[in-house]
Amino acid sequence: MAVDEQLKIEMAKQGIVATTLQELYNWGRRSSVWPMNFGLACCAIEMIATTMARWDMARFGAEVFRPSPRQADLLIVSGTVTKKMAPQVVRLYNQMPEPRYVIAMGACAISGGPFKQGYNVLKGIDRYIPVDVHIPGCPPRPEALLHAFIELQKRIDAQPLTGEGRPRFLDADAQGEFPVPEPGEHDLEPASNKGVWTVPVVIR
Amino acid sequence: MKTVEEIKVAIEAAVPGAGVEVVQNPGPSGQHSLLLDPSHAIEVARFLRSDAELALDFLSNVTGVDWLDKEVTEKVKVTRPVTKTVDGVEQTAEETVEETRKHMVPGCLEVVYHLYSMEKKHGPLVLRMRTANRTDQVELPSLTAVWRSAEFQEREIFDLFGVVFAGHPDLRRILMWEGFKDHPMRRDYVEPDDFDYEPTAHDAVLARAKAHQAARDAAAAGQEGAGAN
Repeated sequence: MAVDEQLKIEMAKQGIVATTLQELYNWGRRSSVWPMNFGLACCAIEMIATTMARWDMARFGAEVFRPSPRQADLLIVSGTVTKKMAPQVVRLYNQMPEPRYVIAMGACAISGGPFKQGYNVLKGIDRYIPVDVHIPGCPPRPEALLHAFIELQKRIDAQPLTGEGRPRFLDADAQGEFPVPEPGEHDLEPASNKGVWTVPVVIR
Repeated sequence: MKTVEEIKVAIEAAVPGAGVEVVQNPGPSGQHSLLLDPSHAIEVARFLRSDAELALDFLSNVTGVDWLDKEVTEKVKVTRPVTKTVDGVEQTAEETVEETRKHMVPGCLEVVYHLYSMEKKHGPLVLRMRTANRTDQVELPSLTAVWRSAEFQEREIFDLFGVVFAGHPDLRRILMWEGFKDHPMRRDYVEPDDFDYEPTAHDAVLARAKAHQAARDAAAAGQEGAGAN
Protein backbone atom coordinates (compact mmCIF):
# COMPACT_ATOMS: atom_id res chain seq x y z
CA MET A 1 0.00 0.00 0.00
CA ALA A 2 1.70 3.16 -1.21
CA VAL A 3 1.57 6.18 1.02
CA ASP A 4 1.51 9.59 -0.57
CA GLU A 5 5.02 11.13 -0.41
CA GLN A 6 3.74 14.52 0.76
CA LEU A 7 1.63 12.92 3.45
CA LYS A 8 4.59 10.93 4.68
CA ILE A 9 6.67 14.10 5.10
CA GLU A 10 3.79 15.75 6.93
CA MET A 11 3.44 12.75 9.25
CA ALA A 12 7.18 12.66 9.91
CA LYS A 13 6.94 16.27 11.16
CA GLN A 14 4.40 15.03 13.67
CA GLY A 15 6.70 12.23 14.78
CA ILE A 16 4.96 9.45 12.90
CA VAL A 17 7.09 7.42 10.55
CA ALA A 18 5.27 5.53 7.80
CA THR A 19 7.27 3.12 5.73
CA THR A 20 7.05 -0.07 3.75
CA LEU A 21 8.94 -3.27 4.25
CA GLN A 22 10.69 -2.66 0.95
CA GLU A 23 11.90 0.79 1.96
CA LEU A 24 13.09 -0.39 5.34
CA TYR A 25 14.82 -3.39 3.87
CA ASN A 26 16.55 -1.40 1.13
CA TRP A 27 17.54 1.31 3.61
CA GLY A 28 19.26 -1.34 5.66
CA ARG A 29 20.96 -2.87 2.65
CA ARG A 30 22.23 0.35 1.15
CA SER A 31 23.45 1.83 4.43
CA SER A 32 25.86 -0.96 5.18
CA VAL A 33 27.67 -2.07 2.06
CA TRP A 34 30.83 -4.02 2.73
CA PRO A 35 33.30 -3.67 -0.12
CA MET A 36 35.94 -6.28 -0.74
CA ASN A 37 39.53 -5.43 0.09
CA PHE A 38 40.77 -6.06 -3.43
CA GLY A 39 42.90 -3.80 -5.62
CA LEU A 40 44.30 -4.48 -9.06
CA ALA A 41 46.33 -1.47 -10.18
CA CYS A 42 46.76 2.26 -9.71
CA CYS A 43 42.99 2.81 -9.26
CA ALA A 44 43.33 0.83 -6.03
CA ILE A 45 45.44 3.67 -4.61
CA GLU A 46 42.55 6.07 -5.22
CA MET A 47 40.17 3.54 -3.71
CA ILE A 48 42.35 3.41 -0.59
CA ALA A 49 42.44 7.21 -0.48
CA THR A 50 38.64 7.22 -0.63
CA THR A 51 38.44 5.17 2.54
CA MET A 52 40.91 7.39 4.40
CA ALA A 53 40.26 10.50 6.48
CA ARG A 54 40.13 13.11 3.71
CA TRP A 55 37.30 11.52 1.70
CA ASP A 56 36.07 9.10 4.32
CA MET A 57 33.83 6.60 2.61
CA ALA A 58 32.56 5.61 6.08
CA ARG A 59 30.18 8.60 5.85
CA PHE A 60 28.16 6.50 3.40
CA GLY A 61 28.28 3.30 5.37
CA ALA A 62 31.02 1.49 3.48
CA GLU A 63 33.96 1.58 5.81
CA VAL A 64 34.34 -2.12 6.46
CA PHE A 65 36.60 -3.42 3.72
CA ARG A 66 36.49 -7.18 4.05
CA PRO A 67 39.55 -9.23 3.22
CA SER A 68 37.42 -12.19 2.14
CA PRO A 69 34.89 -12.44 -0.69
CA ARG A 70 32.63 -14.49 1.58
CA GLN A 71 32.02 -11.48 3.83
CA ALA A 72 31.80 -8.82 1.15
CA ASP A 73 28.92 -7.59 -0.96
CA LEU A 74 30.59 -5.00 -3.18
CA LEU A 75 33.40 -5.79 -5.59
CA ILE A 76 35.24 -2.67 -6.72
CA VAL A 77 37.22 -3.73 -9.80
CA SER A 78 39.91 -1.10 -9.35
CA GLY A 79 42.35 -1.26 -12.21
CA THR A 80 43.60 -3.14 -15.22
CA VAL A 81 42.24 -6.67 -15.49
CA THR A 82 44.85 -8.73 -17.28
CA LYS A 83 43.78 -11.89 -19.06
CA LYS A 84 45.76 -13.85 -16.50
CA MET A 85 43.85 -12.18 -13.63
CA ALA A 86 40.35 -12.24 -15.17
CA PRO A 87 39.53 -15.86 -14.17
CA GLN A 88 40.49 -15.02 -10.58
CA VAL A 89 38.25 -11.92 -10.56
CA VAL A 90 35.29 -14.00 -11.78
CA ARG A 91 36.09 -16.67 -9.22
CA LEU A 92 36.15 -14.09 -6.40
CA TYR A 93 32.83 -12.71 -7.62
CA ASN A 94 31.40 -16.23 -7.60
CA GLN A 95 32.51 -16.66 -3.99
CA MET A 96 30.68 -13.55 -2.82
CA PRO A 97 27.28 -14.20 -1.25
CA GLU A 98 24.18 -12.42 -2.50
CA PRO A 99 23.33 -9.56 -2.50
CA ARG A 100 26.45 -8.52 -4.38
CA TYR A 101 27.26 -5.55 -6.51
CA VAL A 102 30.11 -4.54 -8.81
CA ILE A 103 31.62 -1.13 -9.47
CA ALA A 104 34.00 -1.09 -12.44
CA MET A 105 36.43 1.65 -11.53
CA GLY A 106 38.52 3.42 -14.14
CA ALA A 107 39.14 3.21 -17.86
CA CYS A 108 40.86 -0.18 -17.70
CA ALA A 109 38.15 -1.97 -15.76
CA ILE A 110 35.37 -0.64 -18.00
CA SER A 111 37.02 -1.13 -21.39
CA GLY A 112 40.71 -2.02 -21.19
CA GLY A 113 41.60 1.67 -21.22
CA PRO A 114 44.97 2.64 -22.67
CA PHE A 115 45.92 -1.04 -22.79
CA LYS A 116 42.86 -2.11 -24.74
CA GLN A 117 44.85 -3.29 -27.77
CA GLY A 118 47.45 -5.06 -25.66
CA TYR A 119 47.81 -8.82 -25.98
CA ASN A 120 47.29 -9.37 -22.27
CA VAL A 121 44.50 -7.03 -21.17
CA LEU A 122 40.81 -7.83 -20.91
CA LYS A 123 38.63 -5.34 -22.78
CA GLY A 124 36.39 -4.62 -19.79
CA ILE A 125 35.34 -6.78 -16.84
CA ASP A 126 31.67 -6.48 -17.90
CA ARG A 127 32.43 -9.21 -20.45
CA TYR A 128 32.30 -11.78 -17.66
CA ILE A 129 30.38 -10.39 -14.68
CA PRO A 130 27.42 -8.00 -14.43
CA VAL A 131 28.57 -4.47 -13.55
CA ASP A 132 26.24 -2.11 -11.71
CA VAL A 133 28.15 1.17 -12.00
CA HIS A 134 30.93 2.11 -14.44
CA ILE A 135 33.21 5.04 -13.55
CA PRO A 136 35.46 6.47 -16.24
CA GLY A 137 38.73 8.18 -15.37
CA CYS A 138 42.39 7.29 -15.31
CA PRO A 139 42.31 6.95 -12.38
CA PRO A 140 38.96 8.39 -11.25
CA ARG A 141 39.16 10.91 -8.43
CA PRO A 142 37.99 9.73 -5.00
CA GLU A 143 34.96 12.00 -5.50
CA ALA A 144 34.11 9.97 -8.60
CA LEU A 145 34.24 6.74 -6.60
CA LEU A 146 32.01 8.30 -3.95
CA HIS A 147 29.64 9.39 -6.71
CA ALA A 148 29.59 5.86 -8.09
CA PHE A 149 28.91 4.54 -4.62
CA ILE A 150 26.00 6.97 -4.12
CA GLU A 151 24.65 5.91 -7.51
CA LEU A 152 24.85 2.30 -6.37
CA GLN A 153 22.96 3.20 -3.19
CA LYS A 154 20.26 4.84 -5.32
CA ARG A 155 20.01 1.66 -7.36
CA ILE A 156 19.69 -0.48 -4.25
CA ASP A 157 17.05 1.91 -2.89
CA ALA A 158 15.01 1.70 -6.06
CA GLN A 159 15.08 -2.09 -6.29
CA PRO A 160 11.64 -3.70 -5.84
CA LEU A 161 11.60 -6.84 -3.70
CA THR A 162 9.08 -8.66 -5.84
CA GLY A 163 8.30 -8.93 -9.52
CA GLU A 164 10.41 -7.75 -12.42
CA GLY A 165 13.80 -6.26 -11.53
CA ARG A 166 14.01 -7.79 -8.05
CA PRO A 167 17.45 -8.59 -6.65
CA ARG A 168 19.04 -11.82 -7.81
CA PHE A 169 18.91 -13.44 -4.39
CA LEU A 170 15.12 -13.11 -4.30
CA ASP A 171 14.79 -14.66 -7.74
CA ALA A 172 15.00 -18.45 -7.62
CA ASP A 173 15.66 -18.72 -11.36
CA ALA A 174 18.47 -16.15 -11.46
CA GLN A 175 21.94 -17.23 -12.38
CA GLY A 176 24.06 -17.55 -9.28
CA GLU A 177 27.39 -18.72 -10.58
CA PHE A 178 29.15 -17.17 -13.52
CA PRO A 179 31.36 -19.31 -15.75
CA VAL A 180 35.06 -18.78 -15.12
CA PRO A 181 36.96 -18.27 -18.39
CA GLU A 182 39.65 -20.82 -19.15
CA PRO A 183 43.11 -19.73 -20.28
CA GLY A 184 43.34 -21.04 -23.84
CA GLU A 185 46.14 -21.36 -26.37
CA HIS A 186 45.72 -17.85 -27.78
CA ASP A 187 43.13 -16.09 -25.63
CA LEU A 188 40.69 -16.63 -22.79
CA GLU A 189 37.94 -19.09 -23.67
CA PRO A 190 35.27 -17.90 -24.08
CA ALA A 191 36.27 -14.33 -24.93
CA SER A 192 33.12 -13.05 -23.26
CA ASN A 193 30.10 -14.41 -21.39
CA LYS A 194 27.27 -14.10 -23.89
CA GLY A 195 24.66 -14.16 -21.13
CA VAL A 196 26.18 -11.13 -19.44
CA TRP A 197 27.64 -9.06 -22.25
CA THR A 198 26.19 -8.28 -25.63
CA VAL A 199 28.03 -6.18 -28.18
CA PRO A 200 26.93 -2.58 -27.59
CA VAL A 201 25.49 -0.75 -30.58
CA VAL A 202 27.72 2.13 -31.64
CA ILE A 203 25.76 5.17 -32.85
CA ARG A 204 27.83 7.27 -35.23
CA MET B 1 85.90 2.35 -18.90
CA LYS B 2 87.70 0.78 -21.82
CA THR B 3 86.15 1.26 -25.25
CA VAL B 4 84.32 -1.65 -26.84
CA GLU B 5 87.22 -2.24 -29.20
CA GLU B 6 89.62 -2.54 -26.24
CA ILE B 7 87.21 -4.84 -24.45
CA LYS B 8 86.98 -6.98 -27.60
CA VAL B 9 90.77 -7.33 -27.62
CA ALA B 10 90.78 -8.18 -23.92
CA ILE B 11 88.09 -10.84 -24.41
CA GLU B 12 89.94 -12.41 -27.31
CA ALA B 13 93.10 -12.56 -25.23
CA ALA B 14 91.34 -14.08 -22.23
CA VAL B 15 89.00 -16.52 -23.98
CA PRO B 16 90.74 -18.12 -26.94
CA GLY B 17 88.47 -18.85 -29.86
CA ALA B 18 85.67 -16.53 -28.73
CA GLY B 19 84.12 -14.82 -31.70
CA VAL B 20 83.34 -11.23 -30.75
CA GLU B 21 82.12 -8.60 -33.15
CA VAL B 22 81.64 -4.90 -32.53
CA VAL B 23 78.20 -3.69 -33.56
CA GLN B 24 78.44 0.02 -34.30
CA ASN B 25 75.74 2.39 -33.20
CA PRO B 26 75.63 5.26 -35.68
CA GLY B 27 73.42 7.42 -33.45
CA PRO B 28 74.63 10.41 -31.44
CA SER B 29 74.97 8.31 -28.29
CA GLY B 30 77.52 6.10 -30.04
CA GLN B 31 76.71 3.26 -27.69
CA HIS B 32 78.47 0.46 -29.52
CA SER B 33 77.89 -3.10 -28.45
CA LEU B 34 79.55 -6.50 -28.62
CA LEU B 35 77.99 -9.38 -30.51
CA LEU B 36 78.99 -12.61 -28.79
CA ASP B 37 79.29 -16.04 -30.26
CA PRO B 38 76.78 -18.12 -28.20
CA SER B 39 79.11 -21.10 -27.80
CA HIS B 40 81.62 -19.05 -25.79
CA ALA B 41 79.19 -16.63 -24.19
CA ILE B 42 79.39 -18.05 -20.65
CA GLU B 43 83.20 -17.95 -20.55
CA VAL B 44 83.13 -14.40 -21.89
CA ALA B 45 80.52 -13.42 -19.29
CA ARG B 46 82.60 -14.93 -16.48
CA PHE B 47 85.62 -13.00 -17.71
CA LEU B 48 83.71 -9.70 -17.89
CA ARG B 49 82.42 -10.14 -14.36
CA SER B 50 85.65 -11.26 -12.73
CA ASP B 51 88.23 -9.22 -14.63
CA ALA B 52 89.82 -6.80 -12.16
CA GLU B 53 89.72 -3.85 -14.49
CA LEU B 54 86.19 -4.30 -15.90
CA ALA B 55 84.45 -5.91 -12.87
CA LEU B 56 81.03 -5.79 -14.56
CA ASP B 57 79.19 -7.16 -11.57
CA PHE B 58 75.71 -5.75 -12.17
CA LEU B 59 73.35 -6.87 -14.92
CA SER B 60 70.76 -4.14 -15.14
CA ASN B 61 68.64 -5.19 -18.06
CA VAL B 62 68.02 -8.06 -20.44
CA THR B 63 65.78 -7.55 -23.43
CA GLY B 64 64.99 -9.08 -26.78
CA VAL B 65 64.78 -7.95 -30.37
CA ASP B 66 63.02 -9.73 -33.20
CA TRP B 67 64.70 -9.28 -36.56
CA LEU B 68 62.57 -10.38 -39.49
CA ASP B 69 64.00 -11.69 -42.75
CA LYS B 70 64.77 -8.69 -44.88
CA GLU B 71 65.83 -8.03 -48.43
CA VAL B 72 68.83 -5.76 -48.66
CA THR B 73 69.48 -3.77 -51.81
CA GLU B 74 72.99 -2.48 -52.16
CA LYS B 75 74.98 -0.86 -54.89
CA VAL B 76 78.30 -2.52 -55.52
CA LYS B 77 81.10 -1.22 -57.71
CA VAL B 78 82.31 -4.00 -59.95
CA THR B 79 85.45 -3.85 -62.08
CA ARG B 80 85.30 -5.89 -65.22
CA PRO B 81 87.41 -6.15 -68.38
CA VAL B 82 85.88 -4.49 -71.43
CA THR B 83 87.13 -4.96 -74.97
CA LYS B 84 87.11 -1.83 -77.03
CA THR B 85 88.25 -1.05 -80.52
CA VAL B 86 90.22 2.18 -80.62
CA ASP B 87 91.70 3.27 -83.98
CA GLY B 88 91.27 -0.20 -85.43
CA VAL B 89 93.27 -1.78 -82.60
CA GLU B 90 91.54 -4.01 -80.08
CA GLN B 91 92.31 -3.03 -76.52
CA THR B 92 91.27 -4.53 -73.23
CA ALA B 93 90.58 -2.04 -70.50
CA GLU B 94 89.25 -2.25 -66.97
CA GLU B 95 85.98 -0.50 -66.35
CA THR B 96 84.15 0.17 -63.09
CA VAL B 97 80.41 -0.30 -63.25
CA GLU B 98 77.86 0.16 -60.50
CA GLU B 99 75.59 -2.81 -60.02
CA THR B 100 72.50 -3.19 -57.86
CA ARG B 101 72.42 -6.44 -55.98
CA LYS B 102 69.69 -7.84 -53.80
CA HIS B 103 70.10 -10.49 -51.19
CA MET B 104 68.13 -11.79 -48.23
CA VAL B 105 69.42 -11.31 -44.72
CA PRO B 106 67.89 -14.11 -42.65
CA GLY B 107 66.00 -13.06 -39.55
CA CYS B 108 66.95 -13.98 -36.01
CA LEU B 109 66.06 -13.37 -32.42
CA GLU B 110 68.48 -11.22 -30.51
CA VAL B 111 69.01 -10.93 -26.77
CA VAL B 112 70.60 -7.78 -25.38
CA TYR B 113 72.30 -7.54 -21.96
CA HIS B 114 73.22 -4.23 -20.29
CA LEU B 115 76.08 -4.50 -17.82
CA TYR B 116 77.38 -2.04 -15.25
CA SER B 117 80.03 -2.16 -12.58
CA MET B 118 79.01 -1.26 -9.04
CA GLU B 119 82.58 -1.58 -7.88
CA LYS B 120 84.19 0.61 -10.55
CA LYS B 121 81.11 2.77 -11.10
CA HIS B 122 81.22 2.46 -14.85
CA GLY B 123 79.07 1.13 -17.64
CA PRO B 124 77.05 0.28 -19.53
CA LEU B 125 78.53 -2.41 -21.68
CA VAL B 126 75.99 -3.79 -24.13
CA LEU B 127 76.22 -7.44 -25.11
CA ARG B 128 74.17 -9.10 -27.82
CA MET B 129 73.60 -12.69 -28.81
CA ARG B 130 71.70 -13.92 -31.83
CA THR B 131 69.90 -17.17 -32.55
CA ALA B 132 70.49 -19.00 -35.82
CA ASN B 133 66.94 -18.35 -37.04
CA ARG B 134 63.50 -17.40 -35.79
CA THR B 135 61.77 -20.77 -36.00
CA ASP B 136 63.50 -23.92 -34.79
CA GLN B 137 67.04 -22.98 -33.78
CA VAL B 138 66.21 -20.51 -31.05
CA GLU B 139 68.50 -21.74 -28.32
CA LEU B 140 70.96 -19.47 -26.55
CA PRO B 141 73.01 -20.05 -23.40
CA SER B 142 71.54 -18.65 -20.21
CA LEU B 143 73.71 -16.18 -18.32
CA THR B 144 71.79 -16.73 -15.07
CA ALA B 145 74.72 -18.72 -13.72
CA VAL B 146 76.91 -15.61 -14.02
CA TRP B 147 74.42 -12.87 -13.12
CA ARG B 148 71.54 -14.08 -10.96
CA SER B 149 69.41 -11.08 -11.94
CA ALA B 150 69.09 -12.53 -15.45
CA GLU B 151 66.74 -15.24 -14.23
CA PHE B 152 63.37 -13.47 -14.40
CA GLN B 153 64.31 -11.35 -17.40
CA GLU B 154 65.36 -14.39 -19.39
CA ARG B 155 62.07 -16.00 -18.46
CA GLU B 156 60.30 -12.92 -19.77
CA ILE B 157 62.19 -13.15 -23.07
CA PHE B 158 61.39 -16.85 -23.28
CA ASP B 159 57.73 -15.95 -22.72
CA LEU B 160 57.42 -13.00 -25.08
CA PHE B 161 59.98 -13.80 -27.80
CA GLY B 162 60.37 -17.55 -27.58
CA VAL B 163 64.13 -17.71 -27.06
CA VAL B 164 65.03 -20.93 -25.27
CA PHE B 165 67.79 -20.39 -22.71
CA ALA B 166 69.90 -23.50 -22.26
CA GLY B 167 71.00 -24.00 -18.66
CA HIS B 168 68.33 -21.75 -17.17
CA PRO B 169 67.31 -23.09 -13.73
CA ASP B 170 63.56 -22.52 -14.09
CA LEU B 171 62.48 -21.76 -17.65
CA ARG B 172 58.73 -21.20 -17.47
CA ARG B 173 56.45 -18.50 -18.82
CA ILE B 174 56.37 -15.56 -16.43
CA LEU B 175 53.70 -13.13 -17.74
CA MET B 176 51.40 -15.25 -19.87
CA TRP B 177 49.84 -18.44 -18.58
CA GLU B 178 51.03 -22.01 -19.02
CA GLY B 179 49.48 -23.42 -22.17
CA PHE B 180 49.65 -20.13 -24.05
CA LYS B 181 51.15 -20.87 -27.46
CA ASP B 182 52.20 -17.50 -28.94
CA HIS B 183 55.05 -15.12 -28.32
CA PRO B 184 53.37 -11.71 -28.20
CA MET B 185 56.42 -9.50 -28.69
CA ARG B 186 57.39 -11.14 -31.97
CA ARG B 187 56.78 -8.90 -34.94
CA ASP B 188 54.58 -11.48 -36.69
CA TYR B 189 52.31 -11.99 -33.66
CA VAL B 190 48.64 -11.69 -34.56
CA GLU B 191 46.38 -10.93 -31.62
CA PRO B 192 43.12 -12.90 -31.26
CA ASP B 193 40.26 -11.70 -33.44
CA ASP B 194 38.38 -9.92 -30.66
CA PHE B 195 37.20 -6.72 -32.33
CA ASP B 196 33.46 -6.88 -31.64
CA TYR B 197 33.31 -3.55 -29.92
CA GLU B 198 35.75 -0.84 -30.96
CA PRO B 199 34.01 2.51 -30.48
CA THR B 200 37.11 4.67 -30.98
CA ALA B 201 39.14 2.59 -33.43
CA HIS B 202 41.70 4.14 -35.72
CA ASP B 203 44.61 3.06 -37.94
CA ALA B 204 45.49 -0.63 -37.66
CA VAL B 205 42.75 -1.30 -35.13
CA LEU B 206 40.16 0.28 -37.41
CA ALA B 207 41.30 -1.98 -40.28
CA ARG B 208 41.05 -5.06 -38.03
CA ALA B 209 37.65 -3.98 -36.70
CA LYS B 210 36.30 -3.45 -40.24
CA ALA B 211 37.61 -6.83 -41.40
CA HIS B 212 36.06 -8.47 -38.34
CA GLN B 213 32.73 -6.75 -38.98
CA ALA B 214 32.79 -7.76 -42.68
CA ALA B 215 33.46 -11.39 -41.74
CA ARG B 216 30.61 -11.31 -39.23
CA ASP B 217 28.21 -9.77 -41.75
CA ALA B 218 29.20 -12.37 -44.37
CA ALA B 219 28.65 -15.18 -41.86
CA ALA B 220 25.25 -13.73 -40.89
CA ALA B 221 24.25 -13.36 -44.57
CA GLY B 222 25.34 -16.95 -45.25
CA GLN B 223 23.22 -18.22 -42.37
CA GLU B 224 20.21 -16.26 -43.57
CA GLY B 225 20.68 -17.63 -47.08
CA ALA B 226 20.88 -21.17 -45.73
CA GLY B 227 17.73 -20.55 -43.70
CA ALA B 228 15.81 -19.30 -46.74
CA ASN B 229 16.77 -22.36 -48.74
